[in-house]
Amino acid sequence: MTATATTAIAGGFSDPAIESARAFRAAMNVMARPGEIRDLDMARPPAPLSAAAGTLLLTLCDPETGVHLAGACDSAEMRGWLAFHTGAPVVSADRAGFAVGRWADLLPLDRFRIGTPEYPDRSATLIVELEALQQAGASLRGPGIKDSAALSLPDPAALAGNAMLYPLGLDFFFTCGGRIAALPRSTQISEG
Amino acid sequence: MTQDYNFAYLDEQTKRMIRRAILKGLAVPGYQVPFASREMPMPYGWGTGGVQVSAATLTPEDTFKVIDQGSDDTTNAVSIRKFFEKTAGVAVTEETEKASVIQTRHRIPEAALREDQILVYQVPIPEPLRFLEPRETETRKMHSLQEYGLMHVKLYEDISQHGAIATAYAYPVRVSDRYVMDPSPIPKFDNPKLEMAAIQLFGAGREQRIYAVPPYTKVVSLDFEDYPFEPTKADHACDLCGAEDSYLDEVILDDAGNRMFVCSDTDYCRSRREAGHVGRLGEEAA
Repeated sequence: MTATATTAIAGGFSDPAIESARAFRAAMNVMARPGEIRDLDMARPPAPLSAAAGTLLLTLCDPETGVHLAGACDSAEMRGWLAFHTGAPVVSADRAGFAVGRWADLLPLDRFRIGTPEYPDRSATLIVELEALQQAGASLRGPGIKDSAALSLPDPAALAGNAMLYPLGLDFFFTCGGRIAALPRSTQISEG
Repeated sequence: MTQDYNFAYLDEQTKRMIRRAILKGLAVPGYQVPFASREMPMPYGWGTGGVQVSAATLTPEDTFKVIDQGSDDTTNAVSIRKFFEKTAGVAVTEETEKASVIQTRHRIPEAALREDQILVYQVPIPEPLRFLEPRETETRKMHSLQEYGLMHVKLYEDISQHGAIATAYAYPVRVSDRYVMDPSPIPKFDNPKLEMAAIQLFGAGREQRIYAVPPYTKVVSLDFEDYPFEPTKADHACDLCGAEDSYLDEVILDDAGNRMFVCSDTDYCRSRREAGHVGRLGEEAA
């Protein structure tokens, strides 16, 4: 019990206002430029969550956002850490504003909210933990991309299906260690 | 430095809410994301939306610039610049090139913006269809169905009454072939610049909306095949710096009908005069 309490309290921001401002700028830049990879390495969440995913949760989540913890991310340590640092409620996939986990654990994608025609912003943002993240693989085109970009996506076909729902759909952050990239629903994907 | 405010004035939960709205806005370019706009220590109409977006975006490393109709030294621009100098401790500048975040009211700087810059617009009425359809429930539905015929009827009525599309500012654009968007009341001269390398964020405080245009996003000004969109400006050169490619303000000089035209972008005009350009009424730089 003591061990759990210690993990829950450690690993947050040391200077929340400043660090979350810097973290948001990285998150905004990758969301505005699909395919771009930035460093995001401030928080130290409990294993198996990456530093980038943990930093993103601290930056964007609070009691107003339901978070879905998928697969191995749903541990007592993780729930305690999220509750202590953000106060965000842990919810089921269909009610989540944010979801975090490995790609296989987040499937099937149709469990998550994709927004409504009048309010497409009321959709979930998925934070996908990847083993590797590099600017290679599937070819990306669309808003935020000058000509084309490339990103190592977990399942290009499924993500292209998500883009077909535009302007509805899910938005993705991909995290790997202390690095982050993003894929908004507006990006057109073709297999590299 | 003694810190009397939380960084950039707003509390953390408010900034998170605004940041989430900005991310959704970037994911759906041109779509107006509702957000819980806060009371700011300035009246509505003075850039409360832009200020909240800037507050959520700034980091201590930023260099901040504010322009009001292109000018760095109007009351509005000076007070917002001082506000963030005090509450966020950021460096400020009047030079477009040195700024990393630029908040603007009703202009896009003449100098092309870079990838590492962010342009934050102050928006009075974010809904381009509002003056055609006052009900929010209906305009929401029109956007969801891409029912934009009414906007083309409005532009057509311009042509039938004036012989040309008379809309000169807040000229409607279509973003990424999907949403019709109000680019805020920038002159239509600035519309072609909406396709740029920088991130563009739009904040409407009173109307509680945030929207965004990511870099290199396709932005098309609405028009007709036989009446194509034309960016217009006063048919003069700047009287101070001689620029023929910048948007001009007309200044009345006396009651005998004398007038001069000067660059609306004061930093652009200053940098040109420093580089030795002289207009009709300008003086050689000392």
